[in-house]
Amino acid sequence: METTPLRLKELSKKEVLLTAGHRMCSGCGAPIIVKMVLLASEYPVVACSSTGCLEVSSCISLLTAWKIPWIHSAFENAAATIAGTETMYRALKKQGRIDKEIKFITFCGDGGTYDIGFQSLSGAMERGHDMLYICYDNGAYMNTGIQRSSATPYGADTTTCPAGSVVPGKLQKRKDLTKIMAAHNIPYVAQASPSHWLDLMKKVRKAIEIKGPKFMNIIAPCNRGWRSMTNDAILLSRLAVETCYWPLYEVEHGITKITVTPKEKKPVIDFLKLQGRFKHLFAPENEWMLKKIQEDIDKDWELLLKAAVTEKEEEK
Amino acid sequence: MGKIVAATGNEAVAEALRQINPDVCAAYPITPQTDMMQRFASFVSDGKVDTEIMLVESEHSAMSACIGASAGGGRVATATSGPGLALMWEMLYVASGMRLPIVMPVVNRSLSAPLNIHGDHSDAMGARDSGWIQLWSENAQEAYDNTIQAFRIGEHMDIRLPVMVCLDGFIISHSIERMEYLDDNVVKAFVREYKSLNPLLDVENPKSIGPLILPDLYHEYKRAQHEVMTKVKDVVLDVAEDFKKISGRSYGLFETYRLDDAEIAVVILNSAAGTAKDIVDEFREKGIKAGLLKPRLFRPFPYEEVAHALKNLKAVCIMDRADSFGGYGPLFMEVSSALYPLNDRPIMINKIYGLGGRDFMPQHAEIVLDELVEIVKTGKFKTIKEYIGVRE
Repeated sequence: METTPLRLKELSKKEVLLTAGHRMCSGCGAPIIVKMVLLASEYPVVACSSTGCLEVSSCISLLTAWKIPWIHSAFENAAATIAGTETMYRALKKQGRIDKEIKFITFCGDGGTYDIGFQSLSGAMERGHDMLYICYDNGAYMNTGIQRSSATPYGADTTTCPAGSVVPGKLQKRKDLTKIMAAHNIPYVAQASPSHWLDLMKKVRKAIEIKGPKFMNIIAPCNRGWRSMTNDAILLSRLAVETCYWPLYEVEHGITKITVTPKEKKPVIDFLKLQGRFKHLFAPENEWMLKKIQEDIDKDWELLLKAAVTEKEEEK
Repeated sequence: MGKIVAATGNEAVAEALRQINPDVCAAYPITPQTDMMQRFASFVSDGKVDTEIMLVESEHSAMSACIGASAGGGRVATATSGPGLALMWEMLYVASGMRLPIVMPVVNRSLSAPLNIHGDHSDAMGARDSGWIQLWSENAQEAYDNTIQAFRIGEHMDIRLPVMVCLDGFIISHSIERMEYLDDNVVKAFVREYKSLNPLLDVENPKSIGPLILPDLYHEYKRAQHEVMTKVKDVVLDVAEDFKKISGRSYGLFETYRLDDAEIAVVILNSAAGTAKDIVDEFREKGIKAGLLKPRLFRPFPYEEVAHALKNLKAVCIMDRADSFGGYGPLFMEVSSALYPLNDRPIMINKIYGLGGRDFMPQHAEIVLDELVEIVKTGKFKTIKEYIGVRE
């Protein structure tokens, strides 16, 4: 099979499989991610979404933005649903009733992945289905109006953990789902960001070629929930990487590798200060929270550096 | 020719599933269904079926996987019981709303609390509004026969709906009875090759399945589901006629037993109908015109046909192995709705029996028929709804 080089000039000639005209908010990170993922794939893809922003905005009544087969069944079960389709594919292929090479990809938000869909995801990964589960993580239940999820970062103001005079936003640290998925000992787990499109698309390509269950967690800025400028999605996802809030790494067959190391690790406030959801943290009485966020990031980054193989080690 | 065997209900349904050889089967163990799926898993391990089995982490995922698999474009089966069916609840509506012909034996079990693993009809009755076709089975033979017919009914191109095949937990699922298996090739020819409709795996013709539909079209979508249900009765009867040709066994929308000239009757589902038929015989021997009606197709409910069958009775007891607390039993609600349009209708009473596996004994049927005799004599009844077989 001839593979399209991951160069903008060549990629621009490929058909975009999520059409314009969908109803996602302008400046949303999610459709950018979907387009990048589908552009990276050289195979026919069957996709599945859990209930959420992307789902309700991409297929309404008689209209669909998907140029590939796509299914949505409910909020909490995208992994089980696509696992069913993948199993039917194997059944029909075994019997010679289908001959194409088809890939299976989910696009789900953090609520449908970290919280209500977690059991379904964990089960599908354990059973070893040949599928790529992609979580577009915008850090809250944005579709229902910015309620906290277990992906919501510490300190964030949401509609169910509003920053008030007594409670200064979310008091719990976010769940580290990428690590949890790596602990499933599946062949491939990665974190990616649309700001680093080449890194993202390389990871998708790698994941698709690996047989078995794969998981990718992709940061997806949401200007409505993050209270940021509509044109800052890429800037914010880049700052998330450069501050090490969202490190870009992969765990391939148990080996952790950092794929993008920031040239200069920026202070996390560079990422936080552009977002209204963290505005209250900049009040003098909440300075301790900003300090805690930076400490947590530093600690997690150090742990990741320790876990990761360096390029030198890899050469050996 | 078929084969006479001694088999449990679970064994018989597992055998039907082996003969049907679905493409995908997703299941999760739950008492009393467990041993059905264990048997089917052995067929997979021993290469007796081509089925890809998915041993998922919950019934919710079992039904979700069945939805994904069926939408993919092949034949799909699962099975469950009681709380497992309850956990599937949201997805039951998705399966029927997407018009996916999944077949699911339901080994009827009570619902918690208190926890109870034994048979009653609370599970399937709770799912009666979910848009699934429901076939009910008195014994292992009927469960086996209904399972085979269910695929033809659900997969019919005019129908395309999921089907539940109900059989009583333990009483039928775990009791051995004499029954007949059809030959493998006869079953295979009867169920036919699976025909897919808008399969998701047809990547050349991409489809989006499961859209958001707001008030502009949702109402029409649901009316379409209602309309397809009105076609089910005819298909059930056509399939039954074909089934009679291969098995010699007759099936209808319901079974009537000594009902033609009856003055009193019970309406009762599944295994307890067998016990009640014996007592109907005893009353007949005493010269009392007793009869019985055992529904088979509960969804869609054959209102006109049931009304026609019961219209000449003087009194009828509708017996429910499930309760709608604060309401009448679910079977009573249907039968009384069926009879209401008649100008002249029997007196109707409702008995709740056998919850959580409480035995339905011959004397319970006797008490009920005695009460109906008394009602006919006096023209009066003491109460519409009452529990029987209760330890006071």
